[in-house]
Amino acid sequence: MTAVFILTLIGLLLGLAIALTVHYFGVPTDPLAEQVAELIPGVNCGACGFAGCNDYVEALVAGKAKPGHCPSQSADALQKMCELLGVASEPHSEKVAVVCCSGTDQYAIRRAFYNGVNDCHSAMQVAGGAKGCVYGCLGLGSCSRVCPFGAIEMRADHIAVVHPELCVGCGKCVTACPRRIIKLVPKSAPIHVFCISPERGAVKRKVCNAACIGCRKCVKAAGEKQMFINGFLASVNYENPPDVNVVTVCPTQVLRTEAQPAAVAAAEASASPAAAATKTAS
Amino acid sequence: MTKKHLRFYGGVQPQESKIASGVAIVSAPLLATYVVPLQQHIGVPAKPVVAKGDKVLRGQLIGEAGGFISAAVHAPTSGIVKEIGSCLGPVGNQLPALILESDGEDQAAEPMSALDWPNASPDELRKRVAEAGIVGMGGAAFPSAVKLSPPQNKTIDTLILNGVECEPCLTADHRLMLERPEQVIIGARITARILGAKQVIIAIEANKPDAVALLQEKAAGTGVEVRSLQVRYPQGAEKQLIYSLTGRKVPSGGLPMDVGCVVQNVGTGAAICEAVCDGKPLYERVTTVTGTPLVAPGNWRFRVGTPYLEAIKLAGGVKTDPVKIISGGPMMGMAVYSLDIPILKNCSGILLLAADELRQYESTPCIRCGRCNDTCPMAMMPGILSVQIEKERFELAEQWHVLDCIECGCCAYGCPAGRPLVQLMGRAKAAVQAARKSRTAKKA
Repeated sequence: MTAVFILTLIGLLLGLAIALTVHYFGVPTDPLAEQVAELIPGVNCGACGFAGCNDYVEALVAGKAKPGHCPSQSADALQKMCELLGVASEPHSEKVAVVCCSGTDQYAIRRAFYNGVNDCHSAMQVAGGAKGCVYGCLGLGSCSRVCPFGAIEMRADHIAVVHPELCVGCGKCVTACPRRIIKLVPKSAPIHVFCISPERGAVKRKVCNAACIGCRKCVKAAGEKQMFINGFLASVNYENPPDVNVVTVCPTQVLRTEAQPAAVAAAEASASPAAAATKTAS
Repeated sequence: MTKKHLRFYGGVQPQESKIASGVAIVSAPLLATYVVPLQQHIGVPAKPVVAKGDKVLRGQLIGEAGGFISAAVHAPTSGIVKEIGSCLGPVGNQLPALILESDGEDQAAEPMSALDWPNASPDELRKRVAEAGIVGMGGAAFPSAVKLSPPQNKTIDTLILNGVECEPCLTADHRLMLERPEQVIIGARITARILGAKQVIIAIEANKPDAVALLQEKAAGTGVEVRSLQVRYPQGAEKQLIYSLTGRKVPSGGLPMDVGCVVQNVGTGAAICEAVCDGKPLYERVTTVTGTPLVAPGNWRFRVGTPYLEAIKLAGGVKTDPVKIISGGPMMGMAVYSLDIPILKNCSGILLLAADELRQYESTPCIRCGRCNDTCPMAMMPGILSVQIEKERFELAEQWHVLDCIECGCCAYGCPAGRPLVQLMGRAKAAVQAARKSRTAKKA
């Protein structure tokens, strides 16, 4: 009985001590800041340009920053934030990262056996990595390791694939990639060119059978205003994106939707002559 | 100053495998085409001074130095410039290059006038070194004329000619010293005259007693000292060599000139002698083509721009399949994936390794045995550093002097966990240098 009494007493005394400490030493928090902080994901990805989510919230509440710098916010959350802060609502453009390469092991030729540090930057130092194409994805996962949202999958066939439903477009992978093949594009854009090599078509085909060969078929099908050709590389005009159906004209399947990852395209293309050529080459 | 250490801290003793050391240097026969890169040196690529379709003669200037740190390039034979394009370099990068189609006559251009070196002024000699396109032939390919122009406030009292050749398998410098000792010694004396160095030392590892004896005999009375050093890798590394011979330590981030020394390869010395005494620019060099898979390993005097494939053909081709081909020696060389790569001014060897000589290992976590600390000649801690570098903590790596790493490979050579330590160091060095560059760019 005494034990119970003593323990209760200790508990009460300590509780009182905590209450007093909070009362005299507590740091006052802004209720507005707390509400605003709930509207951003709090993963400290750094895409807003501030030193973490808290820093951004402080700047917002102090009126030093405008809402709309956080790419990982949904349109609804942004709207609520604008209401809370009492500022005019900002236009929301959701972005997503795209790995502009289709060179899976099935398609891209490997020129060497690489047994070294499992990191793209390190592989770049050893004769520019093992892949034949000097522009393609090295497939060692430097991008996927920096992604705070776990949105980049490293496939077993040595290519990185972004899952658009998880990607918030913070852009960390864009700077992490030593080959600079990851691009931030509007989430609404339906199709992308999954190749970045500026070389001539014949040069590209020697090292990869899933490269853009600059055949202009997509430009003809979609129109000059929707697709561009820059040298030997097609690109989508993201301000005026073409229709999804354009993908059917691409002979090498580099023009695809994101939901149709490289491996699926590869399986579909295996009946095409391009894939047959890869098999003989490898 | 007079204390002679004759060795340095750390290092390893790999198997020498110098199987081509008894094979005399042979001049390689002429080829139909040469691929002559315009960047065979550290620094800015040379600017081509000939156009497509031009006829050039052997030794004619085809690329002039493109900047302060740059070197001239000369035609290896007479012929027609077929194309000005690019080619693959030994580290896997694309280099601007001239494709030269030989006319088979090997007609020489009029050589530069021979200089009377004991009476010529240092500036005149230095200018000749630059005109002849001479670069460091030990591997770094730093333009020699720049190296031989130390700032006014640095006095150079010691010139070291590096004939150590501590890399296993390579024998090019050894053969050169045996066959052209006079050129090496005169080259050393010319360089000493340019620098105003009082002490001239030719350093040779003790595993080449014939070269030591021959050079000692030839150098008698010239003021050039020939010294034999303990056999230990990396005895031929600049900073280690200076410490072994003079006891001076090059400060972290400093250059040999900070302690009054200049180190130069014996091949560079011979090239300087040829440039000054015969007016011959640098368009050929001695390269070892070796390895157990080859039928006849040996040493050849190759014209710059000879593809590796031709060099291997000259060595009789292969009897067993090589699994790895290395440009340079086994410790510091780079593995290559194409045989179209041309021999450059700094290519000391082409090494072929057979399957039973090579181990493909799985890299495992560091077991903290400390073997790398014992062998690191720069007294760094590669194991602990590598763990931090794997976590991309480059600022910490910079504080721990990762930039002092000479990438000699001693740490990885003895690592029981098979860790790719040198590659990690290289990664960190690149990252730290990039960070420094952006920091200075921000300040400016």
